[in-house]
Amino acid sequence: MITTVLTVDDSRAMRDMLRHSLLAAGFRVLQAEDGLHGLEVLETERPDVIVTDINMPRMDGFGFIEAVRRDETRRSMPVLVLTTEVDIEKKNRARAAGATGWIVKPFDPIKLVEAIRRVAA
Amino acid sequence: MAKSVSGDANTRELIAFRVGRQEFCINVMAVREIRGWTAATALPRAPHYVRGVINLRGAVLPIVELAVRLGLPSNEPSARNVIIVVQIAHQQIGLLVDAVSDILTASDASIQPTPDVASDLVKTFVKGLLPVEGRMISLISLDHVLPPSELEAA
Amino acid sequence: MDPMAAIRETFFQECEEQLAELEAGLILMESGTAEAETVNAVFRAVHSIKGGAGIFALDALVRFAHVFETALDQVRSGTLAAGPAVLNLLLRAADVLADLVRAARENGTVDEARTAALVVEFIQISNLGHEPPPAPKPKATPKVPVWNIAFTPTPALYAKANETALLLRELRRLGPVQVALDVTGLPELSELDPEGAYLTWNITLEADCPEQAVRNVFEFVEDDCVLEISAAAAEPVLKPGDVITGDNGFSFEFFPPSMPEDEEVVAAEPEHHEAPQIAAQKSNPVEAMAAKAESAAAVSATIRVDLDRVDRLIDLVGELVINEAMLSQRVLEAGIARASGVAMALEELEHLTREIQDSVMAIRAQPVRSVFQRMPRLVREVAAQTGKQVRLLTEGEGTEVDKTVIERIADPLTHMIRNAIDHGLESPEKRHAAGKPAEGVVRLTALHRSGRIVLEVADDGAGINRERVKQKAVENGLVAPDATLTDDEIDNLIFLPGFSTASTVSDISGRGVGMDVVRQSVAALGGRISIASRPGHGSTFTLSLPLTLAVLDGMVVSAHGHTLIIPLGAIVETLKPKAADVFPLDGEINVIRLRGGYVPMVDVAASLGYCEEFVEPDQSVALLVEGEGGVRAVLLVDAIHGQRQVVIKSLEANYRAVPGIAAATVMGDGRVALILDVDAVVKTARNESTRGEPGRSELSLAEAR
Repeated sequence: MITTVLTVDDSRAMRDMLRHSLLAAGFRVLQAEDGLHGLEVLETERPDVIVTDINMPRMDGFGFIEAVRRDETRRSMPVLVLTTEVDIEKKNRARAAGATGWIVKPFDPIKLVEAIRRVAA
Repeated sequence: MAKSVSGDANTRELIAFRVGRQEFCINVMAVREIRGWTAATALPRAPHYVRGVINLRGAVLPIVELAVRLGLPSNEPSARNVIIVVQIAHQQIGLLVDAVSDILTASDASIQPTPDVASDLVKTFVKGLLPVEGRMISLISLDHVLPPSELEAA
Repeated sequence: MDPMAAIRETFFQECEEQLAELEAGLILMESGTAEAETVNAVFRAVHSIKGGAGIFALDALVRFAHVFETALDQVRSGTLAAGPAVLNLLLRAADVLADLVRAARENGTVDEARTAALVVEFIQISNLGHEPPPAPKPKATPKVPVWNIAFTPTPALYAKANETALLLRELRRLGPVQVALDVTGLPELSELDPEGAYLTWNITLEADCPEQAVRNVFEFVEDDCVLEISAAAAEPVLKPGDVITGDNGFSFEFFPPSMPEDEEVVAAEPEHHEAPQIAAQKSNPVEAMAAKAESAAAVSATIRVDLDRVDRLIDLVGELVINEAMLSQRVLEAGIARASGVAMALEELEHLTREIQDSVMAIRAQPVRSVFQRMPRLVREVAAQTGKQVRLLTEGEGTEVDKTVIERIADPLTHMIRNAIDHGLESPEKRHAAGKPAEGVVRLTALHRSGRIVLEVADDGAGINRERVKQKAVENGLVAPDATLTDDEIDNLIFLPGFSTASTVSDISGRGVGMDVVRQSVAALGGRISIASRPGHGSTFTLSLPLTLAVLDGMVVSAHGHTLIIPLGAIVETLKPKAADVFPLDGEINVIRLRGGYVPMVDVAASLGYCEEFVEPDQSVALLVEGEGGVRAVLLVDAIHGQRQVVIKSLEANYRAVPGIAAATVMGDGRVALILDVDAVVKTARNESTRGEPGRSELSLAEAR
């Protein structure tokens, strides 16, 4: 079974970068450019893992994660935060919202893939 | 290290053509296509060797009558003429010649220098002579076929 | 293209967009009209650039962006008040950031001293004295061997009073276990043998022990079960707080899925203003966000398209127009009646084609905003370099123009603005002495006027110093010392090649970038530039350009057997000239009397050098045309052959500019026809008819108004 990953980031370059790394690892990749778009994608898709940025227009990462968790069927869907933020407060806020993990950019593609594999398992 | 006769980096492919009674050749890499003659639209006050422009699949292509440019006698062009479309830097132009004669492969070594007694005009364009089967084919450089545009005061 | 190179290109394109957002946002903040979302957007712009720069290890860019971002974060959280001094710093930082991006893209260099100086300023205003707090020391997860155990008891095992639970407990002594129960072997309840065994336990054990130790746990029951033990790939089970580290400071910290009562940091932190925000947000974040998004979405739904595709579409539509014209011509030649079904269907086709063309052209139409946006920074820099105070006002940013034109007006506009600040505006002292406010104004305007786009650069400076200009022109041999010139003519001297009034070649407007270059690039676009100046009050440069370089409505005429196109926008009316109304002037030039005034006549064929003799006025057709600035002339041609919309083809692409000719097009018969440059022809006629007559230019100017 191919693992499907939904990447949510407002930077096109970052989305391309993630897609490049994840496709190479054999994942199926879905993309969204902010939280609202991500929710739209989730209406019709069930990714195995979500990787999301924090700072995005329209709906930021925190709002997105909370909205994801609000749906009963998505309570155990792993959501990884991928961000340049190192602020502890932000990290806690992500946890409180329901994030599964917190990854700091710049990301090491190999380790990212490893992290995704492990939470997807 | 022994040099191979053919296929080494010092050979080039040339396309030879006739203008009047003389033969010339140019590097095939510069040639984009060869087509039959079409009547050109004259350009006001153009140099006498620029016959005008034609439509090449939507782009405007100037036609240079090579005979006139090289200072040779010229005839009224007809359907028997050929236009060689060449790429010079970022521009494409059409060279009006009589006929295409051959595709040749020549090594750098086989090209002889232009004799000093040649006219200035010839020396501007002719970069060397290539003896082929008893004929002398002049290798021309296209860089100066069209002179650079002059600044015209408004 | 190498995928990384493509992504890198995408990143730099995005940087341009982010930089534009950044500047626009900062300017809004400066004018006091910014909302909270603007500040957020400004922060995100720098944050985004920093994030992307990190991917490509553009260290200098990352470092500066980080300092910049931190300050912006403080502004958006309210910790740092964005007063004028701070905003000025932020704007300068935006400039430096743009330079760093450009340097990263082109492998160039930046002024490091300037960058460092700004960093110092940032540190001063926000007391950033330290590096960002290091991430909490991650607990590296030791790589412990993992055993996969599949344990299927047989009924015999239970009969011996053994229980899986006991075994599992034993296993736990070796290390943490994860257990999954496989119930696929369970039959229907009706067939269930209460003493049967149908279950398999899949156990993952993390234990630094040899396989034998694991086997030993099952020693007693070895014969009563099916046991499979294998070493798993060394991937230990994730525990809360686990952190995986990697290169470049990569760190992955694992949060458990649902731990509201988790220990550690959540409660320990003192309550700060974040918490109530979270609570408030929790109540209605989605609705609020959705509402905001709706209003944003209402603004415009857009789609990104590869420019190549649009260009291809434009080319194809252009060919369609040509083909449609060819078809019309053939139909006409075939003698088909105009009222017939074929002719009418053809007319329908013509309308349709025209509509398609308009729609396609509209795709490429862009507001000039993208070019105008670069100007504030330019103004800041030139003002700083020349020690002048400048305020830039812009109007008409939404005015749309074809993409082909947009890209090429940036340079001329830049030079004109530089010129306005460098030469047009006086220093603050001089302005003060003249009773003007110390701050000079440069006004940049765009508008549509009679089918063209008009751009104006106006300054309220000292105006053209006509004495000096004339003197310089005489020095450079451009005019005779004793020539009498009208104000207008003196003003236009600055467009001549080799002209410069700068006493020192200033770095800004000098270096061969004179107004002559500006005029040339404008002319290459089929445009015209003119100047109006009032001493003491300032100068206005007016740039007039066609809306598109692609298509033109024209009148097809013939002159001495040559087919020419005259742009419809330049034609005022057609006339049948009468010999009685034509008067010679100076022997060579004719003027025609028209409604009380006199207008110079131009024999188009002669003017273009097609023939030597002049055509008889009463054997030709005349067109009254108007060039830039309202200057008029009457063009004489052999015949008019109707109107047509033509696709403009460049002559310069493969050849060069031809005086008197604006561009070329392909006609219905596949042949090239030339498009007349009306402005040039009119100007020549005007110059010739007013040469040596000092008062006449002013008269004509008055007439034009």
